[in-house]
Amino acid sequence: MNLVETFRTALEAIRSHRLRSTLTMLGILIGIAAVILTVGLGQGAQVQVREEISKLGSNLLIVQPGSATSTTGVRGGRGSSSTLTVEDAEALQSKEVAPDVKRVAAVSSTSTSLTAGTTNWTTTVNGTTPDWEQVRARSLSAGRFIAQADVDDARPVVVLGADTVAELFTRGQAVGQTVTINGSTFTVIGVLKAIGSSSDTSDDDLAVVPRTTYAARVSTGGLRLSVSTIYLEAQSQGALSAAYQEANALLLTRHGVAAASADFSITSQQSLLKTATSTDQTLTILLGGVAGISLLVGGIGVMNIMLVSVTERVREIGLRKALGATPSAVRRQFLVEASSLGATGGLLGLGLGVVGALVLPHWLDQPVTISPLAAVGAVVVALAIGITAGVYPAGRAARLAPIDALRND
Amino acid sequence: MTTTLQLTDVRKTYSSGHLEVEALRGITMSVDEGEYVAVMGPSGSGKSTLMHILGCLDVPTGGTYELAGTDVSRMTEAELAEVRNRRIGFVFQGFNLLPSMPAWRNVELPLVYAGVHRDERRRRAIAALEKVGLGDRVAHRPGELSGGQQQRVAVARALVTDPALILADEPTGNLDSRSSADVLALFAELHESGRTVMLITHEPEVAAAAQRVVRIRDGLIDQRVAA
Repeated sequence: MNLVETFRTALEAIRSHRLRSTLTMLGILIGIAAVILTVGLGQGAQVQVREEISKLGSNLLIVQPGSATSTTGVRGGRGSSSTLTVEDAEALQSKEVAPDVKRVAAVSSTSTSLTAGTTNWTTTVNGTTPDWEQVRARSLSAGRFIAQADVDDARPVVVLGADTVAELFTRGQAVGQTVTINGSTFTVIGVLKAIGSSSDTSDDDLAVVPRTTYAARVSTGGLRLSVSTIYLEAQSQGALSAAYQEANALLLTRHGVAAASADFSITSQQSLLKTATSTDQTLTILLGGVAGISLLVGGIGVMNIMLVSVTERVREIGLRKALGATPSAVRRQFLVEASSLGATGGLLGLGLGVVGALVLPHWLDQPVTISPLAAVGAVVVALAIGITAGVYPAGRAARLAPIDALRND
Repeated sequence: MTTTLQLTDVRKTYSSGHLEVEALRGITMSVDEGEYVAVMGPSGSGKSTLMHILGCLDVPTGGTYELAGTDVSRMTEAELAEVRNRRIGFVFQGFNLLPSMPAWRNVELPLVYAGVHRDERRRRAIAALEKVGLGDRVAHRPGELSGGQQQRVAVARALVTDPALILADEPTGNLDSRSSADVLALFAELHESGRTVMLITHEPEVAAAAQRVVRIRDGLIDQRVAA
């Protein structure tokens, strides 16, 4: 009996037990769809996180004030005091001490109210230097960014985030208008292009002013030389680690502290990415594991049905053997039956998974990435489950003696 | 006349646990090509065991069995399957048709295992059904046919491979007397056309239709009445 005949016979048997075959396939179908969707959700989340983080800027190191120990021995948490100064930022710019640092942008920020005409809006006002634009990987949708001359002359100019513009200027051009910050009048010289952050950090709701202007007109405290964050851009992805070492050593020396009691901390985009990715991976593995178990249960279902089928069809098997079916022909028939159930269930599951991946984002606000590897893998697994689940029942069917089978009245 | 089958001192012992049952205790017989032989015996006589061995559904524990010149008593299961497929046509008491398939698909089944091409199978299956007088029932499923018609489908299935031996086990056991007569007439016709037919039965009227009757008693051929 050739392969085509084997398939025809097997498919006929499947068709003649339509309900049972459908229920069997359902197990595999749900398992495969679940695997594809959970892996897709996990990968979608990973892609999303990676995008979020790369929006911060490329090859970025973030230096933040850390736990400072006061003279009385009271230790503050991260950011409790601003230990970083403009001098620190300037020192980091030195090509001799920190050759792997490409650009430095020190930022001092405060939350304050902006007024344009009769509208006011409270947002974060950042005092920084022209490099901020490159370091944070931002671009402008209108106007220009702060220039070195603006910093040198402490000009009252401001660049606004897209959301801030929307809040302050309900209609018309923002560039050229004026806003009042802390009693001083600022001219809007540019608008930042929105980066569409879905998290609630306000990357699109902010105001940027020259560092010197910030110190003179916005900052309320006396610590005019302190900064809240220093952003460093490394020369390249590969130089990130070297840049980290250099910045760390330089700041430790400048602050005169040992590494163990450092009053600042440096985080890299990479470390953020690693943390976020590993969290997502754990989730993916967990969900994938659950889905995998459901797939296994589906496989056991196929085996169960095939065993029932062998028992139920003892007479048919006996007759086929009496008419000349060899044990291997019988074995092949049952194997093909089981693997067809597995493969059909797998393909339908793949279809359901793909449809789910297309539909789900509309409800979940969560991207689902269909990984071709997971899709192909799932179908291969379904086929493998079918074959594995079919081997034992097929072997039993093939071993049946034709007379025993025929006697089974 | 060539010999279709030759049994020499065939023995069959079944053992289950400590219990050994000698079903056949040395059967020697031969059937020539074109003969119509009935094997008769009461239940428990060993005639069913003999039928299984004749049909290559089982192998003897002793002695030899030659079918169409080949010793089949020491064959492997796969080899036996081929012998059953090519050399023997079975007709069973319970018809043994597959209910989900139309008559012609049931008839072509042995040809599927023989590796015959699809179109050829269909042609031969329909020809066999015409030979048994069911040319107008080829597409009917077994459930749509009477018992006599079902058994004729089974006879067509036995014929379709053009076997050396047609072996019928109580072929009229499940039929009323009219259908029985039909089926027996069919066997007589096959005998006329030169086929070798063996039927196993316990009914004297059925055995009477055959050319020769072999009686079995207690696993041996009953010599007192052997014709």
